[in-house]
Amino acid sequence: MMLIPCPWCGERSENEFTYIGDARRKRPDTSALEVSDATLQAHSDYVFLRDNPKGWHQEYWQHTSGCRAHFKVERNVVDHRIRASVKADEELPTFPEGR
Amino acid sequence: MQRYSIWSLARNALTGHKNWQAAWRHPEPKSHYDVIIIGGGGHGLATAYYLAKEHGITNVAVLEKGYLGGGNTGRNTTIVRSNYMLDDNAHFYEHGLKLWHELSIDLNYNVMFSPRGVLNLVHSDAGRDAAKRRGNAMRLNGIDSEYWDLETIAKKIPDLNVSKNARYPVKGGLMQKRGGTARHDAVAWGYARGADARGVDIIQQCEVTGMMMEGNRIVGVETSRGPIKAGKVGIAVAGHTTQLLNMAGLTAPIESHLLQAMVSEPIKPTLDYVVTSGAAHLYVSQSDKGGLVFGGDIEFYNSFSQRGNTRTLEHVTAAMISLFPRYAKLRLLRHWGGIMDMSMDGSPIISKTPRDNLFINGGWCYGGFKATPASGWCFAHTIATGEPHPLNAGFTLDRFERGYAIDESGAGPVPKAH
Repeated sequence: MMLIPCPWCGERSENEFTYIGDARRKRPDTSALEVSDATLQAHSDYVFLRDNPKGWHQEYWQHTSGCRAHFKVERNVVDHRIRASVKADEELPTFPEGR
Repeated sequence: MQRYSIWSLARNALTGHKNWQAAWRHPEPKSHYDVIIIGGGGHGLATAYYLAKEHGITNVAVLEKGYLGGGNTGRNTTIVRSNYMLDDNAHFYEHGLKLWHELSIDLNYNVMFSPRGVLNLVHSDAGRDAAKRRGNAMRLNGIDSEYWDLETIAKKIPDLNVSKNARYPVKGGLMQKRGGTARHDAVAWGYARGADARGVDIIQQCEVTGMMMEGNRIVGVETSRGPIKAGKVGIAVAGHTTQLLNMAGLTAPIESHLLQAMVSEPIKPTLDYVVTSGAAHLYVSQSDKGGLVFGGDIEFYNSFSQRGNTRTLEHVTAAMISLFPRYAKLRLLRHWGGIMDMSMDGSPIISKTPRDNLFINGGWCYGGFKATPASGWCFAHTIATGEPHPLNAGFTLDRFERGYAIDESGAGPVPKAH
């Protein structure tokens, strides 16, 4: 059982949260009228590909059974340690390698 | 290879069982192989077996970082079935089911395949429509399937809660009688023994740490036991496929998630079929030792931890008890977790890659065990000929960007389907 620190509500049981996914993916700008092959490829990569690191992972969670806010967490996917959580529009702090 | 038979058993019994050969050798790695298979689970060993048997390629090494069958081959719920709706999946898994029915004879090794029948429960009118549609699709593809009504199910599975007031009221179910279970370890060991007898080197405690590349071509692998050159390299490490592809500079449409399963204390025979429920998130069967082997869904967040969290454990157990109230007093004997390659459409990848001479077999989601024979058979064909067999022609790595996803659940690009 994980305790997940919601930036609004503090540490709460994993049961109250829903996992949304990788927070480092950025939707490419596809607003141009002429869509290039590079844009299509970037959009396809955004939809389908994942870095899937074995280690620290930046991810979105939603506090579905609480304040319902989305926020960012940095979690180690090997041992489920969480070292930071911030509001959805904020940047996670950087950590020295190996911490 | 020393063949197993009633005569060899009798002969060895008379000599005190002191003269049995080891089932496979423990060779030192050579400096070069025609083909290297990374991953000594069921899929990797089956691939090596069929490379040797079907294609005559015997200068092959299987590299395993731990011990044979110590990953997901030893961590599943041993269910075998081919009840898929879409053509690509249906024909592939049906080929596998046919191999399963002959496997013990083919390998001269008892994989304890038990075609006892797999029943997918239906809990709603919409679920019944979907099940009948899938059953009809299966029959059109020449695969056995029948719909069981509530009366049949109540008679055949007396342990099941068929009350109208149940949390998941049962309306009926889709039965595939040729499906069932097999002994997971025996599958790995049988394929290992068969491959070894045909000259394949099985090298355990040998972790691949990098890919040797010349331009866009893979020419070998770096391992914890030194570099090994290879004509072709096949990856069969589901759970860590993305890590291996990263070594070749590739990114995959895969996330790794954790799936757990558990087994109860052994009891007398009570459940004759494999019973699954998509609505309750449960699949359960009774092992030959008497334990109820059951599991449910993944944890739904990225994980490489190989151990489950209690939230899912509680969810799966609650589903089990709501469907089978009389199992509530059983104690859990063990529970375990394995790392799943969750692909973006719930279907596997057996394919060439953008790197020459590098092939991938992964993305099995939570359905890899039943695919073991078909997976090895098709992957061996793909590696040997350089092109996919028609049975796995749809399972390409680039099908997502080309718009040819094989999306059995119709759920869109999410790493949650199976």
